[in-house]
Amino acid sequence: MSATSDSSPIPQHNSSQHDRHQHDKHQHQGSSRNPLAHHFHSMAQQLDAAKIGMWFFLAQEILFFSGLFVAYGIYRSWYPEAFSAGSHLLDRTMGAANTVVLLFSSLTVALSIRSIQLGKRSQATTYLVITILCACFFMVVKYMEYSHKFHVGYLPGIHFSPTEFPEGIEAVPYATRSFFGIYFMMTGVHGLHVLVGIGLMVWLIIKNNRGDFTPEYYTPVEMVGLYWHLVDLIWIYLFPLLYLID
Amino acid sequence: MTAPAATADHAAHSSHDDHHGNYLTATSGLKSWLLTVDHKRIGLMYLVAVLLAFLAGGVFALLIRTELLFPGETMMQAHTYNQVFTLHGIIMVFLFIIPSIPAALGNFFLPIMLGAKDVAFPKLNLASFYIYLLGAILALAGIVVGSVDTGWTFYTPYSSSPARSASVLWLAMSVFIMGFSSILTGVNFIATVHKMRAPGLTWNRLPLFVWGMYATAVIQVLATPVLAITVLLLFMEKLVGLGIFDPRMGGDPVLFQHFFWFYSHPAVYIMILPGMAVVNEIIATFSRRKIFGYMFVAMSSVALALLGFLVWGHHMFTSGMSEFGTTVFSALTFLVAIPSGVKLFNWVATLYRGQISLASPMLYALAFIALFSIGGLTGLFLGTLSVDIHLHDTYFVVAHFHYVMVGGTVIGFLGGLHYWWPKMTGKLYSESLARVSFVLVFVGFNLAFMPQFVLGSRGMPRRYYDYLEQFHGLHAASTVGAYILGVGFVIMAYMFVQSLTKGKKSPANPWASAGFEWMTATPPSLHNFDEDPIIDRGPYDYDKTPELGNVPKY
Repeated sequence: MSATSDSSPIPQHNSSQHDRHQHDKHQHQGSSRNPLAHHFHSMAQQLDAAKIGMWFFLAQEILFFSGLFVAYGIYRSWYPEAFSAGSHLLDRTMGAANTVVLLFSSLTVALSIRSIQLGKRSQATTYLVITILCACFFMVVKYMEYSHKFHVGYLPGIHFSPTEFPEGIEAVPYATRSFFGIYFMMTGVHGLHVLVGIGLMVWLIIKNNRGDFTPEYYTPVEMVGLYWHLVDLIWIYLFPLLYLID
Repeated sequence: MTAPAATADHAAHSSHDDHHGNYLTATSGLKSWLLTVDHKRIGLMYLVAVLLAFLAGGVFALLIRTELLFPGETMMQAHTYNQVFTLHGIIMVFLFIIPSIPAALGNFFLPIMLGAKDVAFPKLNLASFYIYLLGAILALAGIVVGSVDTGWTFYTPYSSSPARSASVLWLAMSVFIMGFSSILTGVNFIATVHKMRAPGLTWNRLPLFVWGMYATAVIQVLATPVLAITVLLLFMEKLVGLGIFDPRMGGDPVLFQHFFWFYSHPAVYIMILPGMAVVNEIIATFSRRKIFGYMFVAMSSVALALLGFLVWGHHMFTSGMSEFGTTVFSALTFLVAIPSGVKLFNWVATLYRGQISLASPMLYALAFIALFSIGGLTGLFLGTLSVDIHLHDTYFVVAHFHYVMVGGTVIGFLGGLHYWWPKMTGKLYSESLARVSFVLVFVGFNLAFMPQFVLGSRGMPRRYYDYLEQFHGLHAASTVGAYILGVGFVIMAYMFVQSLTKGKKSPANPWASAGFEWMTATPPSLHNFDEDPIIDRGPYDYDKTPELGNVPKY
């Protein structure tokens, strides 16, 4: 799911004395900033630490969303007809468009890693900009969907007061407010993750233009890439659960 | 551990005194502390923060016990009483116990025990500290803004009802934010244990403190996010009437309990595993023996971490759960006794034929064994379905919980603080004052909570403001115990302050321990080791380190 660095030219980690002396060599390489932090012995050790840390962070992200998925499962089994009505009230075209855009952005973020591995710095920036544009498109569509729902009163809990019904339907079950409670929480929390992702990619572009990344060192790009794939993956589950299932 | 620095003696002489000084003196000024990325300084900042939280929580505890000295109103109204026990719980759980050992002592010692210069992500470590502070400030703001009387569990629909003050929002957000501090510390420790070990430090040579921290970190990372989403949902429920937990809008308040305990039961292991982790180190040092059944003790930490995820339902036997569900949760709860028993029996077996020294840290370790045994066994009473129906929401639960959390974690924390104080500060403390405060803490604690087992089994409900005349004697005894406990802590605080101002300089290895953390200078130099260490033995191999001798007397 991610562009990992299998083909990267980083030497395999071993903890011999030899490895430790590489430390000094790295300090004299072209980049203006020494990418090896003081407490690591080698670039490989630093990268390994970042990777395992990131994977555990992603694990906690999944657990964070899991509460919402469990709530979805329970209320869906309690109020099947309300959840069916709720999914018909969402705009499938917009949801599908967002799915396609987000999937595409996962490709572009992976390509930006590839570009840095090949030493093509400006190309990497281009791919990151495309990724950000995709993310912005996603948020704009989300904004349009939200404002429509707000406008016609499809709101969670006490604010649920529908004023407009799809063709052929005269009323929706009262329990549909539970559906919208779940819908707004799931997509809202996911949307916040998209916004954080946009911020992270702006940061990457600044760092890349400053020349911080080389084919030997691009750990932050890879980590943000992993994060972005997870944000994408969660949407892949949200879209069918909320929009498609009857 | 042999580096070119072969013995403890050598390490002491090769300290950085000549060019940098130790980590306390390497740089100076407020900024050098507030912006430090050194795990040792961050550990000390955490230590100060959690001790302040402990003081605040302790004052609330004394207020609770004072109010309960007599039936009826003693010094505050019922509504105030509800707020006081809520704040006691929230502060002690989220601001003190959870970060106490991992964030303060763990931060300081985990990298040193691994032979590393720092944790894997030093900046993230500092960020964790400030996120914790932000959470603490929000909690304070919540106390100032209004009153929270929900208990530390925030059960819905009581907590989300419009009748509760808006400070529920502040405290929910505070818990949410402090949760992220805990998660980031966990991620940091996991990466550190996996990737920062010195050459020769294999998994079966890891100090058991590290194993305990590792198991704790796994729970922190995998359980805390569920609390985060739970309090976020509670926040939205209270703020905009989301309808997920509120039955008036088709929500399910029991779902909140499931979510809450899915975190908060594993959180009990976040709290107790570090206490056990400290006790391992103390027992090995003060009985001069390798921990009996090392691998079993290490794996029992991991087993507790995993089992902790499967037993949350035992908090909800009376909340409305299927008979099948309660039976499964009850059976799983009994499984927890196995790894806990492995630890207790292996510690006792380590003591057997050891050269036992009863220095103050060891007194705490022995107290831990005794008190945790009581806390753990009474937990089995509560895990038994038929008994729990009788004891649920009584003082028996309060007593059980405090025997585990105070008799276990706090005693372990204090033992660790005494044991590592010379390492962290470079100063010795008054052993006689340490003994006096230990006796007061031990006696005061038992006097405070032993009567609560009796109260609970006779039907005194927890959280009640008033009680029947027949319970007066036991309540009064409990309150007197709490005061004695408080005096013990005051003497201990005096002892530590005295050590900082007038204490004698500590030798490099005051307990003649074979533990890796004692192989550096005392206090450690800025980057922990002058030369990268290479590990060629385990941390408890007293048979391979005869040059250490026995524990000196102070």
